[in-house]
Amino acid sequence: MTFKPVSFTLNGSPKAAFTTDGQNLLEFLRRGVGDLSPKYGCGQGTCGACTVTIDGVPQLACLVLAETVDGRHVATAAGLADGPRLDPLQEAFMERFAAQCGYCTAGMLVAARALLDANPRPTRDEVIEAISGNLCRCTGYEPIIDAILDVAEGRVQA
Amino acid sequence: MAIHRGRGFAAINYPIGMNLGGDPSQALVHSNPDGKFTVALSAIDLGQGMKSVCRQIAAETLGVPVEDVYVDTADSDTGPHDMGSFASRGTHRMGNAVIRASAEAREVMLEAAAEELEVDPGDLVTDGKGNIHVKGAPSRTITVMAAAQAAQFRQGRTIAGRGIFLIPLSEVDADTGEMSPVTTFAHAAMLVTVEVCDETGEVTVTDMQSAYEVGRALNPRLVEQQLRGGAWMGMSHAAWETTEPYYPERDHGPVDFNSYIMPGPGDLAPHHISILERPAEDGPYGGKGPGEMCANPVLPAVVNAVYDAVGVRIDDLPVTPEKVLRGLRALGGAKPRQRL
Ligand code: FES
Ligand code: FES
Repeated sequence: MTFKPVSFTLNGSPKAAFTTDGQNLLEFLRRGVGDLSPKYGCGQGTCGACTVTIDGVPQLACLVLAETVDGRHVATAAGLADGPRLDPLQEAFMERFAAQCGYCTAGMLVAARALLDANPRPTRDEVIEAISGNLCRCTGYEPIIDAILDVAEGRVQA
Repeated sequence: MAIHRGRGFAAINYPIGMNLGGDPSQALVHSNPDGKFTVALSAIDLGQGMKSVCRQIAAETLGVPVEDVYVDTADSDTGPHDMGSFASRGTHRMGNAVIRASAEAREVMLEAAAEELEVDPGDLVTDGKGNIHVKGAPSRTITVMAAAQAAQFRQGRTIAGRGIFLIPLSEVDADTGEMSPVTTFAHAAMLVTVEVCDETGEVTVTDMQSAYEVGRALNPRLVEQQLRGGAWMGMSHAAWETTEPYYPERDHGPVDFNSYIMPGPGDLAPHHISILERPAEDGPYGGKGPGEMCANPVLPAVVNAVYDAVGVRIDDLPVTPEKVLRGLRALGGAKPRQRL
C-alpha cells in the first residue's frame, strides 16, 4: 500500500492528510481527516448522503478518489455553521421540521447550499431538481423543499 | 391512450402497542445538583421525536422548564429495560413510564424544598419556571436548583423517581379466543385521487386528504411532520416499493437504490392533513401514537382509487404498471366506475 499526501482546503481551512491507493473521498474525510458530517448511505452513488462540494460543485464523495482533491476546495455540512451561528438553511430545516432521523440531512444541506450559491432565487422545480439525487426515508421531502424555498425567498434570515 | 382519474377511500383503526407479556417500558428520572433533570430510557428515538415528547412530558410532570430536562436514550445496557421503539408504542408506553418516574422525583423534590422552607410539602407548588413556592405565598420561595443542592449536599436526599408502565397480559378465552390485547386505538381516514394511464399502466397519486385521530397531539408540529413523512412512505409502498416483485420467486428483486424504486421529491402529491384530538384515557396527557398508522390508510385508499379509475382490483402490493396492464388486459380495457 502506498500513502499519498493530499493537501486541500476543508471548509476554508488548509488540511493535509495521507490517503491510500483507491481510497474514496468519503472514507478519507471521515477516517483520515475526522469530518464525520458526510454520511455513508450506499457507497455507490445512489443516495446522496455523502454529498460534499468540490470547488463549489456538489459531488458524491463516495465516487471521488481522495487524491483528486489535492489543491482543491472541499466543503461539507460541518462548515455551514459559523460557531453558534447557523446557516440560514439549517435554521429553516429546524423551523420546517425537515429532519427526522437526520441521516440525509447533511447531504441535503450541502446540495441546497450549492444550489443557492449558484442560483439564489430558484423555483420550486429547480429545488426539486437540486435534491433529486438525495434520498430521504423519513420526511416525504416536502418540508425539505419548503425549507430551501424559505431561505431562497427571504423568509429566513441569517 | 387515456388517463383515467379515480378516487379511493380507506379508514383504519390502529392499535397502540402490542400486549405480548405486558409490553412494559421503564423510565428513571433524577436531578443533578444544578437543578436540571435527566430522564434515562432505553427506547430509541428513530427520528419520530420520542425524545422531544418524553422531555415535554417529564417537564410537565416535574413542574420545571422543558429546557431543564435532558433525555438520555444512549445505552440499553445501562438504562432501564424497555421493549423498544415499535408498534407505535413510544409516546404511550414510554410517556406513561416517564410520568410515573417524574411524579416520584417531584415528590422528593418538594420534600427537599419543604425542609428548606420549613413548611409542609403538601403546601408547595411549582411555577414551571424553575421555582417552588408556598401556595398562596409566592414570596416564600426556593429555586429548584437550591432545593436540588440542599438535597444533595445538606439533607443527603436523592431526588429521583422510578416509573414503569405495564398493561397486564390479557388472558385468552379458550372457547372463543376472545382477548383484549390492546387498550388504545388510534384512527385515520384517507381519500386519495389517482391518475391511471391505460397505455403504460402507470399510477400517479395526485392528491391526498387525510384525517388522523391521535389522542392529544402532545407536540403538534412533530405529529404533523410524522404524518406527512409516514403517509409519503405509505404512498411509496402502495405504488412503488418492493423487495420481491414476483414473490414467492426472488427474480428481479432490487439489489441497490438504482433498482429499489421510491418516489423522489418530484413525485409528491399534495397532502392535506387534519389532526383530530380525542385524548386517550390511559395515554400520557391523552397522547396515543401516530407511528405506523401514518402509512396504513394510504395503501388501501390507493388500491380503491385504481379500482375506481379503471375497474382493476389489485390485491397484491405494490400497484405496479405491470399489474395494472395485466388487469386491464383481463378486463378487456379500462372500465371506469364513474366519470369524475
Ligand atoms: S454514500 Fe455516496 S451516494 Fe450513497
Ligand atoms: S430525515 Fe431520515 S432520511 Fe431524511
